[in-house]
Amino acid sequence: MTTLLIGIFLLSLLVITAIAIVRATDLFSAVMLSGIFSLLMALNFFLLDAADVALTEAAVGAGVATVLLLAGLRLTPSTEAKGRSLRALSIGIIAAVALLMIYASFGQPSLGDPLAPAQQHVAPWYIEKTPELVDIPNIVTAVLSSFRGYDTLGEVFVVLTAGIGVMFLLGGGRGKPFARLDSKVEEGLSRHLIPKVMARLLVPFILLFALFVQFHGEYSPGGGFQAGAIFVAGIILFSLVRGERLALAVIPPRVLLWMSAGGALLYGSVGLAGIAMGGNFLEYSVLADDPVLGQHIGIIIIELGVGLTVTGVLLSIFHAFAARD
Amino acid sequence: MIELQELVAGLLVVTGSLFVLAGGIGALRMPDFYTRIHGASLTDSLGPVLVLGGLMVHAGLSLVTVKLAAVLLFLMVTSPTASYALANAALLAGLRPEGMGDSDPAGAAPEQESAS
Repeated sequence: MTTLLIGIFLLSLLVITAIAIVRATDLFSAVMLSGIFSLLMALNFFLLDAADVALTEAAVGAGVATVLLLAGLRLTPSTEAKGRSLRALSIGIIAAVALLMIYASFGQPSLGDPLAPAQQHVAPWYIEKTPELVDIPNIVTAVLSSFRGYDTLGEVFVVLTAGIGVMFLLGGGRGKPFARLDSKVEEGLSRHLIPKVMARLLVPFILLFALFVQFHGEYSPGGGFQAGAIFVAGIILFSLVRGERLALAVIPPRVLLWMSAGGALLYGSVGLAGIAMGGNFLEYSVLADDPVLGQHIGIIIIELGVGLTVTGVLLSIFHAFAARD
Repeated sequence: MIELQELVAGLLVVTGSLFVLAGGIGALRMPDFYTRIHGASLTDSLGPVLVLGGLMVHAGLSLVTVKLAAVLLFLMVTSPTASYALANAALLAGLRPEGMGDSDPAGAAPEQESAS
């Protein structure tokens, strides 16, 4: 009952935030509101016991995406241009789609219904077989990286492709992706004592937490995607207070490119190693004498690959935006 | 003993919530940007201390309490910094506090203090 009430409260706030985003004429407010939207969405996920998804939403949606959008705002004017008004048409389309969705929602099973198709299909098998086949407490990680390893491989390559696309669009001149740093970006907030001291205090802990989320993903919510986003958030904080140049000195662009591609490559290699050792593509059980141990090895390596790619791509995108003027 | 623990926990949480509410009202009702930050920072400082303190009392001596303490420490460090950064950015962007005219805010501040 309490969960339901909190859920209704959070969803109402979500709707209010969405309306506020649509009505905002200032892009800066819209970005900030979309950060709030993601945070509310993360709370909703958490309420539905989807802790892994909540962590991803909070780290990527509310954290890194907001910063990237802000960095992107540097390239555009922040107020909306008066365009041609097709208001009646767009309201009509939105109303029609909304009515369709509301109509479709009547056909949905109710929340938490044990007889719903989603609970009846493969979920019971995962819950039953994970302790036996993979033997890690976090079933989400087992599903994501072992049972559904193909899907996650695809996601990693989507991230990599998106990163390559952004680098082509934004990445400066030949061979020098982040060459153009103006003095302001270079300096960062280094003259502001309080944020500087606080960031110095926090950055190590943020990076440590990212590593925890990375390598503890089998036992608690987390994994490569979340860890990558948190790691990037730490580095972005560092580059905000100490300046871009220093951040690029810590992790040079070349290393970022190697991380982005190397992570995906690492993931794919694990799949090929499975074939080489007599199994199927992405079959981890053959990686060691003991199938369960093989699963553990495979999951840790592919999560590392995911983390590397996410870190490399997100950080490259941030630097590419920050280097533009 | 358990009763008292629950009572103290509840009182702390409710008091903290009141401070958060006051901060929310302040952020909406105060006349200008700087006074609004002042109102909102109340939700950042005293509110979480009391709410999280109440939750710590509720949880008793356990791992949860340690985690809550870590969260509290994090909030105590980051929230005032965020408020400071916000106010500082507004000042640098040229936003003058209400009632201070267009003069240099750094020079004008002591004058107003002596006048009030």
